[in-house]
Amino acid sequence: MADPSTLSFKVSPVSPLAPDRRYVARKFYGRFMAGLITVAALVGVSVLWIILGYVIVRGAPAINLDFFTQRPLPYGEVGGGIAPSITGTLLILAVAALIGVPVGLGCGIYLAEYGRGSVVEVIRFCSDLLAGLPSIVVGVFVWAILVRQVVGNFSGIAGAVSLAIIMVPIIVRTVEAVLLLVPYTLREAALALGVPKWRMVISVVLPSARAGIITGLVLSVARAGGETAPLLLTTLGNQFFSWNLLEPIGAIPIQLYNYAVAPYPDWHTKAWGSALVLISVIGILSTAVRVATRRQNR
Amino acid sequence: MTTRDVENEIASPASWTVQGPPIFARRGGVGADDVFKWLVYITAFAVPAVLVALFILLVIDAWPALERFGLGFVTSSNWDNVKEQFGSLPYIYGTVVTSLLALLIATPVGVGAALFVTEYAPRPLRVPVSFTIELLAAIPSIIFGLWGFFVLTPIMRSTVEPFMKSAVGPLPVIGSLFQGPSVGKDLFTGGVILSIMILPTIVSISREVLLAVPTMQREGMLALGATRWEAIREAIIPYARVGIAGAAILGLARALGETMAVTMVIGNSSRKITGSLLTPGYTMASAIANQFTEADNPLYFSAIVGVAALLLVVSAIVNVAARLMIWQISRGVAKGGTRG
Amino acid sequence: MTTDRPETTSRRSMVARLSATFAGAAFLAACGAEAEPAKAPAAPTAAAKAEPTKAPAAAPPTAPAPAATGAVAITGPFEGEAKTLTGAGATFPAALYSKYFNEYNKLTKVEVNYQSIGSGGGIKAISDQTADFGATDSPMTDAQLKEAKGGEILHIPMALGAVVATYNIPGLETTKLKFTGETLAAIFLGTITKWNDPKIAADNAGVKLPAEDIVSIHRSDGSGTSFVFTDYLSAVSAEWKTKVGASTTVNWPGGVGGKGNEGVAGEVKQTPFSIGYVELIYAVQNKLGVGLIKNKAGQFVEPNLAGVTGAAAAAAGKVAPDLRVSIVDQDGAATYPISSFTWILAYKQMTDAAKATALTRLLWWGTHEAQKFNGDLGYAPLPAEIVTKGEAMIKSITGAGKPAFPGK
Repeated sequence: MADPSTLSFKVSPVSPLAPDRRYVARKFYGRFMAGLITVAALVGVSVLWIILGYVIVRGAPAINLDFFTQRPLPYGEVGGGIAPSITGTLLILAVAALIGVPVGLGCGIYLAEYGRGSVVEVIRFCSDLLAGLPSIVVGVFVWAILVRQVVGNFSGIAGAVSLAIIMVPIIVRTVEAVLLLVPYTLREAALALGVPKWRMVISVVLPSARAGIITGLVLSVARAGGETAPLLLTTLGNQFFSWNLLEPIGAIPIQLYNYAVAPYPDWHTKAWGSALVLISVIGILSTAVRVATRRQNR
Repeated sequence: MTTRDVENEIASPASWTVQGPPIFARRGGVGADDVFKWLVYITAFAVPAVLVALFILLVIDAWPALERFGLGFVTSSNWDNVKEQFGSLPYIYGTVVTSLLALLIATPVGVGAALFVTEYAPRPLRVPVSFTIELLAAIPSIIFGLWGFFVLTPIMRSTVEPFMKSAVGPLPVIGSLFQGPSVGKDLFTGGVILSIMILPTIVSISREVLLAVPTMQREGMLALGATRWEAIREAIIPYARVGIAGAAILGLARALGETMAVTMVIGNSSRKITGSLLTPGYTMASAIANQFTEADNPLYFSAIVGVAALLLVVSAIVNVAARLMIWQISRGVAKGGTRG
Repeated sequence: MTTDRPETTSRRSMVARLSATFAGAAFLAACGAEAEPAKAPAAPTAAAKAEPTKAPAAAPPTAPAPAATGAVAITGPFEGEAKTLTGAGATFPAALYSKYFNEYNKLTKVEVNYQSIGSGGGIKAISDQTADFGATDSPMTDAQLKEAKGGEILHIPMALGAVVATYNIPGLETTKLKFTGETLAAIFLGTITKWNDPKIAADNAGVKLPAEDIVSIHRSDGSGTSFVFTDYLSAVSAEWKTKVGASTTVNWPGGVGGKGNEGVAGEVKQTPFSIGYVELIYAVQNKLGVGLIKNKAGQFVEPNLAGVTGAAAAAAGKVAPDLRVSIVDQDGAATYPISSFTWILAYKQMTDAAKATALTRLLWWGTHEAQKFNGDLGYAPLPAEIVTKGEAMIKSITGAGKPAFPGK
């Protein structure tokens, strides 16, 4: 191809655009591949709608007032709800955010504003590794430290810490990326006014990257909210309302799992219902983020 | 104020340091600037600290089993609590087989979808299509598991697996992958559910990589009279090859660690390894999920933590490999920010 | 007994039938346990099942506070006891415990969080002290007892149950298949692979067995149900004993794993031509096929409370002082061979006095008043002599050095 002499031989004596048999075959083949590629995209898009469809259709019958206000009933009895799991998930997530957000934010600020040279590389690398860590391994780690040693029993705080560990790398990555997008001129202007660096970061850099940071935070909370594996090892679950972080606390994903694997049809409906609640919460969060970021882009 | 050293450069905010004691420091012993700086440093170093602590702790807990079985821990396929023999090969095998199967299914579909978005789709369709597929990533693992448990498994058992057995089963070599009763909860179903879960990873990264291919590249090819597919095959794919491989490997990294969805469809059985995909099995992650809280004797516990340590190391290696590959292409394009 | 065919397989009617049949056993135990005029509670429970879901609200059972012969009864909240308790372990009695603890909450406002993670998990949780009590149907081994962090562990029996062979064969939903221990072992060893295998057919003359592959389903977690089942298979099959053995987690030669009794029942229900083993109630509640098992006396016995109680009676003489005992494969013509006690595990010396008080009260209630729930849910009540031994154990528990049980 690269050799001009070969190229010149390929030039058709008639017109290069004249449709010959080879051209038709090539064109047909191109169409065929375009078809395959479209099908691939179609498959990718429809999988989401199929799964969402199932969750909505099978979960909707479970949704009623009891579902949000009652606690689960004994085995085989019809009725009850997932209220302790909802409050439990909210509590665990709030505590996880309380731990994870400052750490993630701080680490992101370090990477964008303070760190230099190879230390930045190392920390960024560690953060990426943490992001790729299987969540079950995080659960094993937190079990070994908090459940076995520090707290001494299955507890809400152990679950919150494992979720925080999952949240941190997501926050770090977004925060670093959006902070680097803040124009340097803003920083210069602030410093030139005699503002110390910490004031510059807090009152100038962070506010101008606000929407992006919030995106990262919400994404991390959404991701942590659906985590199940580490919670199974750390918070255990609870069919009663519990606000004590040093004791086991219920969580929607655990309740969903317990409902799903049990052999009672009513519990299966409740499993789908729990899935619907979980997806709705995540969906609302994601949509909110999308709206917020779009506003910032304009 | 005049002591600020700004003449050097403005390229990186990290280099803007204050020369001499900052003004706030002079007033009270430790300046707010220092406090803030140290807070930021502490949080930053918490990240590697957690990682190191995690690794050390797992190795300590896993040590009795690793010491007792040595290399046999990864080469033996006998996992027997009664006889206190722990070889994790069936779990490693289950993880490898399901992940590779997932890649085999998800890579063509994912790259195809990414090509559709970047090369074929009419402009108004581009964002919705890629957004919809990437939304898959937001669905929690447990919900894939729920769907797999109640919807996919019966379909696999009654339709897909009998079909594969009759269509592929009689063939030599590859046929041996589809032997035995159709249970529905087996490595095959595990691979299928994983392929759905890693699809968004592959789509979003291949899309970024494809977008990084210079427009000149494809325009040049089209100008030579190539069809659109030929332009993709000859000009775009070779250019993006490494990045796409990186996308696939990042998908692999996700597949390796997936727990709940796989646990609910893989059959959870430590039986001996067979060649057939229609065998119920375990992945490393699902073995941990099922057995961790119940390992009621010390060696058994140590062995299951050993599986966790192994999973940690493997997923770290795969992650690093993927990032290196993606980093290589984004550097080649001289365009930052293609990371993750 | 074996001729008893269920034409109506509705869950309620089966449960009602079960409880009606064995109300006698329940009576005996209840009366023996405490010489109280306890006829009142037993009758309503059998009737209560007729009207669905409406649990008897604990009002009738607690109302007749027994005043007889120094009887101790838990009648309401107690000042100074912990308001929450966490337990983890066996799924075998989980259906019963979830009923117990729901009622107990109404009675005393104490919230007992019980998570059915498997007997192995219960043993591990109590050894590591990650829960207030554990639950198991596989007695802890001496080595496990030695490993426990908090000192001496007590095994307090709560109920007796049957592990049944449950199957899902389309077309044979109402047929009760007969199994010997050897055929069960062979099925789970993978040496019998088809439902129409001559060995199965030999015991089931007249039944048209399908020529389908058997999918065997076992527990994926550490399970007391597995222990009872494998303990039985080891007792009846030498091949099983040498190849696999008995434990909460064995290396299953084949098949699919499900998590918990619930999980195995769910898998069996979902998988045609499958066979699994679960506690009786899980099969009954799900209208799954339940097999008859050949006992030591050569009779094919349907799993039920009389059969289990028979096994307990046969083993009663052999019960060790610490109440750790296996009652599989006992003598007696009506004895169901795959039976077991289920225990709650608690430390003898507890550090938290409030929790110790709450736990001892719970255990007392569980081994006395709560036994009336057993029959309805397919578990046999404890024999009187076991209850008496349990009482002594409960009274021996101390909280922060002082006896924990307040006596009411």
